[in-house]
Amino acid sequence: MKNIGNLKEFACTPDRFQGGHRLCPGCAHGMIVREVVNATDDDLVVSTATGCLEVCSAIYPYTSWDVSWLHIGFENAAAGISGAEAMYKALSRKNKLYNEDRNVKFVAFGGDGGTYDIGFQSLSGATERGHDFLYVCLDNEGYMNTGGQRSSSTPIGAHTTTSPRGRVSYGEKHRKKDLTMIMAAHGAPYVATAVPGSKHWKDLAAKAAKALSTVGPTFINALSPCTTEWKFKPEDTVEIGDLAVETCMFPLYEIEDGHKLTINYRPKNKVPVEEYLSKQGRFSHLFKPENKWLIEEIQKEVDRYWEYLQRREEAGV
Amino acid sequence: MAERYELKQKEVWDGNMAASHALRQAQVDVVAAYPITPSTPIVQNYAQFLADGYVDGEFVMVESEHSAMSACVGASAAGGRVATATSSQGYALMVEVLYQASGMRLPIVMTVVNRALASPLNIHGDHGDLYLGRDAGWIHLIANNPQEAYDMTLCAFKIAENEKVRLPVTTNQDGFLVSHTAQVVEPLDDDTAYKFIGDYKAMNPMLDTKNPQTYGAQTEEEWHFEFKASQHKALMESPAVIDEVFAEFEKLTGRKYNRVETYKLDDADVALVVMGSAYETAMVAVDKAREEGIKAGLIMPRSFRPFPYNEIAEKLKNVKAVAALDRSAPMGAMGALYNEVSGALAANGQSSIMTNYIYGLGGRDTTAQHILEVIKETEKNAKAGKRVTDLQGFINLRGPKLSFN
Repeated sequence: MKNIGNLKEFACTPDRFQGGHRLCPGCAHGMIVREVVNATDDDLVVSTATGCLEVCSAIYPYTSWDVSWLHIGFENAAAGISGAEAMYKALSRKNKLYNEDRNVKFVAFGGDGGTYDIGFQSLSGATERGHDFLYVCLDNEGYMNTGGQRSSSTPIGAHTTTSPRGRVSYGEKHRKKDLTMIMAAHGAPYVATAVPGSKHWKDLAAKAAKALSTVGPTFINALSPCTTEWKFKPEDTVEIGDLAVETCMFPLYEIEDGHKLTINYRPKNKVPVEEYLSKQGRFSHLFKPENKWLIEEIQKEVDRYWEYLQRREEAGV
Repeated sequence: MAERYELKQKEVWDGNMAASHALRQAQVDVVAAYPITPSTPIVQNYAQFLADGYVDGEFVMVESEHSAMSACVGASAAGGRVATATSSQGYALMVEVLYQASGMRLPIVMTVVNRALASPLNIHGDHGDLYLGRDAGWIHLIANNPQEAYDMTLCAFKIAENEKVRLPVTTNQDGFLVSHTAQVVEPLDDDTAYKFIGDYKAMNPMLDTKNPQTYGAQTEEEWHFEFKASQHKALMESPAVIDEVFAEFEKLTGRKYNRVETYKLDDADVALVVMGSAYETAMVAVDKAREEGIKAGLIMPRSFRPFPYNEIAEKLKNVKAVAALDRSAPMGAMGALYNEVSGALAANGQSSIMTNYIYGLGGRDTTAQHILEVIKETEKNAKAGKRVTDLQGFINLRGPKLSFN
């Protein structure tokens, strides 16, 4: 496993995801991807679901990827990487590997559309089959590549173009799907949540390193604050990610072997959810008098879930 | 190293078993598949070969056909020999990824057991799935019996993986009529079969990580057209390689295949275009017709894609009337074979009288007697020198007569 030292050292790792891509200024995807692909010294084969990352990083004749890279469709990043991994096993068994001296790791990236929704079956199948790969969900809580439609990851109350706020609507009506727990329920050896940024960069890089050195299917759900559709200033991406953790809207934890839960960060003083919500245009309508009840509901749910995580961790089962 | 499988000079195999042994002998590196009737036995047979040590590649039992073809794409791009099998609804679920496989120029081989498309649900043979994949950028080869299912599958690897082609290939056999009908098949021994196909020749493998590769990049209006045109060019130029492979196969086995197959066509006034198991039924009908003094003959595209336009036109040069028999619901048009053959004739300034018959949907029986009736109708057109029969008829359809003009 690669030792993740200090930031200066880590930042000097030869870049496998190069600049010059076309992600929005302030997009968290690039930060997450760079951390993940640089968290191992082994060679990589990467697959990417259709989405922001894919359309912005490999527009012919250019690419940002200095690793072997495959994009098939929106819903099959996990199936595609499972095929590549199977070929690696087959050629290894037949002594036909191309570079005997290199270890190869397999990573798939998908947005929440390609992971929570349309690609979920493919991810569930590849995980159940035990392929040796890391799947990273770049969770920006909506279909941002196509202009900000809702997904099953969109949090309740958020405005999206298909769950708009309106005269009689407070926006998204359903709770965010708990995909991390669903992935843990597959019995995957390692599942974790993460956020990019300055405060928790090491948590993300260490989790990626751990996942990549684990044999079997591993999953990281990385919150990816979206300046364009969450409606905050591009320079606030890191602050928004940190606030998601400090409010426990997006707690940092990991689950090993499908059951052993460890909370990786406990806010000293849990910040009220208003702090997180008020900084994003997608929630601005919740601060109208008629919608304030929903902020209270969101707070209650966040408190309940945080309590649940802590109890599960204590129980150690 | 996989165990050698001792085969007899003559085996009694159905089409599924024949295709399974061809996959085994190709020593495929990755098979990713999902079982569906009537191709399920191919997937089961392959699993058993693996369990008995006759295969040493990876067998990925995915959770859907969409993932089957997606895993095939990942595996093929990674750099090794890849195959799968499917039918009907499974084929339909794969369609999105079929286009992606061919667009990335991945030489995947898929043994298709043709079956009707729902709704209504039907597990029996017709060419609805084959026609669905018509424009997917794959080479489509047709096998009329178990021997051909075996032979075409061996040839498919050699065609697909040829560096001038590098396109995915399907081999097609009719559901149940071929897939579940046991006949004598003369297989090659394992070593000879593998030697014929040859070792897999890698091109731009992702697993050569010292030379990273990009598969599935985005192209918009500046490049998409050029990519699709070059893919089409590869298909249009693949006949040279298909012919080469068929010639080499003939040298090895004595079994001669052609991109256009014919039966008693040389002096024919009347010709039927038909592909699949019905071709053999039609041979019986042609013999009967000739006993009755009708100069009838048959023609079949062995490669449905690339479609052999000019070869078909050339062979139909002296034929007065042609009936194209399509085993797929035409849904608002003439059947695909009618359209392709009419186009081929028109392009070559030929004016045989063309009619279309729809037959055998969902496994509906089509007998030699039925086809003899079609020959007799077609002869009326030949004699009249113009079309005097319906443009589109239906063979062995129950209820009041249905036809379109």
